[in-house]
Amino acid sequence: MESIPYEHGLILAAILFVCGLVGVLTRRNIVFVLMSLEIMLNACGLAFVVASSRWQHAEGQVMFLMILTLAAAEVAVGLGLIIQMYRRFHTVDISVLNEMKG
Amino acid sequence: MQNWIGLLPAFPLAGFLLLVLSRGRMTKTVAGIIGAGSVGLSFLLAVMISIEFLNSGAQPFSKTLWMWMQVGGLDTGFTFFLDGLTLVMILIISGVGFLIHLYSTGFMADDPGFARFFSYMNLFVASMLVLVLADNLILLYLGWEGVGLCSYLLIGFWYDNPANGYAARKAFVVTRVGDTSMAIGLFLLFSQLGTLNIQEILLLAPTQWSTGSAVAVAASALLLGGAVGKSAQLPLQTWLPDAMAGPTPISALIHAATMVTAGVYLIARTHILFELAPSVQLIVAFVGLATLLMAGFTALMQRDIKRILAYSTISQIGYMFLALGVGAWSAAVFHLLTHAFFKALLFLAAGTVILSLHHEHDIFKMGAMRRRLPVSFWCFIVGSAALTALPFTSGFYSKDAILLAALDHPSYGMLLWVGGVLGAFMTALYSFRLVFVVFFGKSHYEQRDTQQHDDHGAVVENTSPAMFFPLLILAILSLFGGLISVPVDAVFANGALHEEAHASQFLHALMILIPILGVMISWLLYGSLSYEKAGAHLRKQLLVSPLGGLLNRFWFSGWGMDKLYQTLLVQPFLALAQVNRKDIVDLVFNSLSYVARFANSALVLTQTGNMRWYAISLVAGLVIVIGLGVWR
Repeated sequence: MESIPYEHGLILAAILFVCGLVGVLTRRNIVFVLMSLEIMLNACGLAFVVASSRWQHAEGQVMFLMILTLAAAEVAVGLGLIIQMYRRFHTVDISVLNEMKG
Repeated sequence: MQNWIGLLPAFPLAGFLLLVLSRGRMTKTVAGIIGAGSVGLSFLLAVMISIEFLNSGAQPFSKTLWMWMQVGGLDTGFTFFLDGLTLVMILIISGVGFLIHLYSTGFMADDPGFARFFSYMNLFVASMLVLVLADNLILLYLGWEGVGLCSYLLIGFWYDNPANGYAARKAFVVTRVGDTSMAIGLFLLFSQLGTLNIQEILLLAPTQWSTGSAVAVAASALLLGGAVGKSAQLPLQTWLPDAMAGPTPISALIHAATMVTAGVYLIARTHILFELAPSVQLIVAFVGLATLLMAGFTALMQRDIKRILAYSTISQIGYMFLALGVGAWSAAVFHLLTHAFFKALLFLAAGTVILSLHHEHDIFKMGAMRRRLPVSFWCFIVGSAALTALPFTSGFYSKDAILLAALDHPSYGMLLWVGGVLGAFMTALYSFRLVFVVFFGKSHYEQRDTQQHDDHGAVVENTSPAMFFPLLILAILSLFGGLISVPVDAVFANGALHEEAHASQFLHALMILIPILGVMISWLLYGSLSYEKAGAHLRKQLLVSPLGGLLNRFWFSGWGMDKLYQTLLVQPFLALAQVNRKDIVDLVFNSLSYVARFANSALVLTQTGNMRWYAISLVAGLVIVIGLGVWR
């Protein structure tokens, strides 16, 4: 079976990562920021999987499983915070919430 | 009995501890018994020790209680040394001290700080005994500083009044100048001789130093500095008149009988060092002469009964310094003894006057108190007679000895003698001025607080036994104390400068007549009723004339010494402090905090609260770090 060259996988991961990063940097809605973060995490996961298939090692896939659980936990906490935030400030726009100035 | 010598200061020290630890919860009776009783026990022990000492041929004796510190070549023990000089001192301190303690139980009876007063007094007596018993200079210095501390505490005893606190600080700071000089003197002695044991120093010094060598001059001059500070001689005398802010028994005990004579004791104790430095010894004589004349003139102008006595104390210690300066060591100690009697008597009598007149100090507001205060009157007569050195009183014998010794001085004999006799004339003038103004003439006393209870305003002399008995004993001693012979010849034997009277009959007669002349002039000016008007007129004329007024102000202010020090030392220091208000050294440390604060304010700007800004910074940092890794 002709395998997909690992460069393709890595390029895809990089594209996904940059997409996520741009989303984190430009989005004002905190829900979208959270989603962009998820994309970045998954881009990292993809890079791990590609690397593990390249070197025929299992650690990369184990790492991906860990990232997966981490992301699930992060989303649970993050969404909880977002709900609290909305209740308190009636907004999900992070550029409004800049009271923590030095 | 001599083995119990350590108990001498231990009794008052125990009294001090008991009184301090009771924290004022004792009744006044108990506090008085502990306070006066502990000193009384010391006196009894001192008497027993003296009897044994004199019976056993006056052999010097020393006893080490325990080692205090052993560092390198320095072995300092709690070692007490007893010889004739120490014996005289411990008898004065515990004896006169006991009488004054007894008097204080009556004098301070209404004071809320009764127990505190006696605790300080006991601590003072303990320190003073350590001072005179010490066999090494470090232990002596311990007592020296101890009495300074007690003096400070007791001058500021009535601390409600800020002026008293100021006087206490002044006394402490001014004597500190002398103490520093003395401490440097001790360092010098130790570095040169390798010991601070007094007897060893006195043995070693003549073998190692030649007469007039620089080291001997420096060491004795530095010790003289300490003595001058403690004994209120020129130029450090300014603290003593202000020290009168304390209760009167304090002035009697500390500022007349004992502590201020510590300087005389120090010089007498280390007399061999002074004999090795004739130039310094001459300075001692002239310091004494200048002080006794200056203080005499100043006493003549004072209005405050206690300040007159304070200046008279300075003047009498001037006589002691004069005696020390001409090598009449035993005459100095003898005058120290008689002065302790009559000056304590005068101060205690003044205390009775002040107490009876409800803390009135101005002698020109008294007058004609002779019938209303008979006990004080007779005490003042006896004390002033002894102070003036009228014939056959105690002061006569001691002052006579000093003046004759001064006359014997090889080069400046006549000058010192004339100065001393002039001082004696001044003494007669100011002491009987005090007597005549207070006890004769017309009464100028007005009861100040008319709202007070009736029996508070009246002049009632307190003649409780506790106050009467000490006055009686001291009066007897002032009259007949001249018959005591001080057993100090053995101490000063190696001085070999024994004073023999070489004066002619004429000079003798002059020395007797001049004080009597002074008393008579004083009577004409201040006492006699028939001359009252003329005297008052003359006084007024003198005050109105420009020179007289100037001299009056000049002498009243103690020759402007206070003002001089104020302008020379205090004000420049205050100005410097004003300039240096922000401490220059602190600038270094403050600059550190400025840098930290500036960096902080710069970094604070990065905390915008905007989350995307943080994310961008994070990414930028990441890019930079990776970029560095790739392109390196």
